Amino acid sequence: MRGHTVIAGIGNTAFGKLPGRSTLSMNVEAIRKALADAGIEKDMVDGLFVKFPTSKFEMMYGQKLAETIGIVPRIGGVWDQGGASNISMMGYAAMAIEAGQCEVAVVCLADNPATGTRQAYEKAWGDDSIYGWFGTPAGYGMIARRHMGEYGTTSDQLGAIAVACRKHGAANPHAQLRKPLSLEQYRESRMIVAPLRRDDCCLVSDGAAAVVLMSAQRAKSLGVAKPVPILGFGQGQTSWEVALRHDLTTTAAEKSAHTAFKMAGLTPKDIDVAQIYDCFTIAALMTLEAYGFCPKGQGGKFVEGGRIELGGELPINTAGGLLSETGMPGLQLVLEGVRQMRAEALSQVKGARTCAISNQGGIMHTHSTLILGQD
Amino acid sequence: MENTDLTIPLPEFNELNQPYWDSLKQGHLSFQHCTCCSHNWLPPRSECPHCLEDKWTWQAASGRAKLISWVVYHMAYHPAFAQRLPYAVAVVALEEGVRLISNVIGVDDFESLKIDQALQLVIEVEQGLAIPRFKPV
Repeated sequence: MRGHTVIAGIGNTAFGKLPGRSTLSMNVEAIRKALADAGIEKDMVDGLFVKFPTSKFEMMYGQKLAETIGIVPRIGGVWDQGGASNISMMGYAAMAIEAGQCEVAVVCLADNPATGTRQAYEKAWGDDSIYGWFGTPAGYGMIARRHMGEYGTTSDQLGAIAVACRKHGAANPHAQLRKPLSLEQYRESRMIVAPLRRDDCCLVSDGAAAVVLMSAQRAKSLGVAKPVPILGFGQGQTSWEVALRHDLTTTAAEKSAHTAFKMAGLTPKDIDVAQIYDCFTIAALMTLEAYGFCPKGQGGKFVEGGRIELGGELPINTAGGLLSETGMPGLQLVLEGVRQMRAEALSQVKGARTCAISNQGGIMHTHSTLILGQD
Repeated sequence: MENTDLTIPLPEFNELNQPYWDSLKQGHLSFQHCTCCSHNWLPPRSECPHCLEDKWTWQAASGRAKLISWVVYHMAYHPAFAQRLPYAVAVVALEEGVRLISNVIGVDDFESLKIDQALQLVIEVEQGLAIPRFKPV
């Protein structure tokens, strides 16, 4: 499958607060732009893979969206793995194209938790609310504290990830949060659920993004201007709730990356730039370990000293990630990976030919990996 | 509308979990034990998550446990917890192998806690509910 499928087009709305916009409307804008970027008409789309709006569950949302954009796809619908959904759906779309189930697929996501409903985020943690066990940051905090205890990871090391992403976001005029962060400012940032501070937590954002996938052959015959080959993809499911997980510092991100690297015929050393899901700083740190960019337990040391900043050994989240560009669950990282591979990113890693991208959902319950590259 | 409810949100009681809460009232933290494969677990399920059989019994835990990890809340997600800040929520492993969410209490400085340190069960009654919490040994 290596290189059989390409990303032919990308599109997105503005990020931040988009009051009054429905998720359908935002999806339409992102899809319209992605189709224009690929240079194709909507009638060619016969696969529509949709992540349901995180903040509100709607039955048959994929079909609602197909109707809204006026197409009748052969294959498609909604997929739910939280933030891992987008790359997972890209994998399914690539396999569907390979298997002749569709020819041109759109993968998209729209969400409005900033100005719309937060219905799905406000779920109680069931009977454990008697202990005051609420909110997503607490789950990541529980994992972070264990990582600190097992490996000596420090708050400053988590801070180094926030500093890097905020630096990259500050250089991105489309980013929702364009305020750079120093380590000193990070240290003074308000504790939310210790050991996590406000600046360890991603943004809450409205917005949409979409990508167009097709076979490399099809892209060539259509004269697609800037196709970016998909070299590998994979998934891994940790599944268990944080409280029941036997090992809090190991996740299925390892399996996901292994599958993707194997398909790509690459190793972590071959990667020039990475877009690592940073809903919380600890998630990015543990993903860098799981992917083999550094040994397990050494993520804290790895992220220090500017190694993950532009100009460093492995720049990550070059548009700002979830901590700075937009809190959108995942697809913005794919878009930035595509821009890096087209050599048209605003914070371009010079000569970058390969990009690893992670998506994950829940409290590290789900994971998916995408490897892009120019041969 | 702003939530001003100062009572803690109580569990949803049902046929499956009622014995768990009843046994706490009698001073025991109980878990489910599979009579087919001897797996122990919480929270209550109708089938064993290991062998998937539905033959199990309730067993009382010794109360000896260890601290897997903990977080300290500095903001209240529910008004009932605003007066309790800062408070610690922990993942606790019972010596019988069962893990659960609980609180660590009786600690002046939560930063002084260590992963894997020994804990002891303490049952506290609040709003008529017997709640299992843990204190360092």
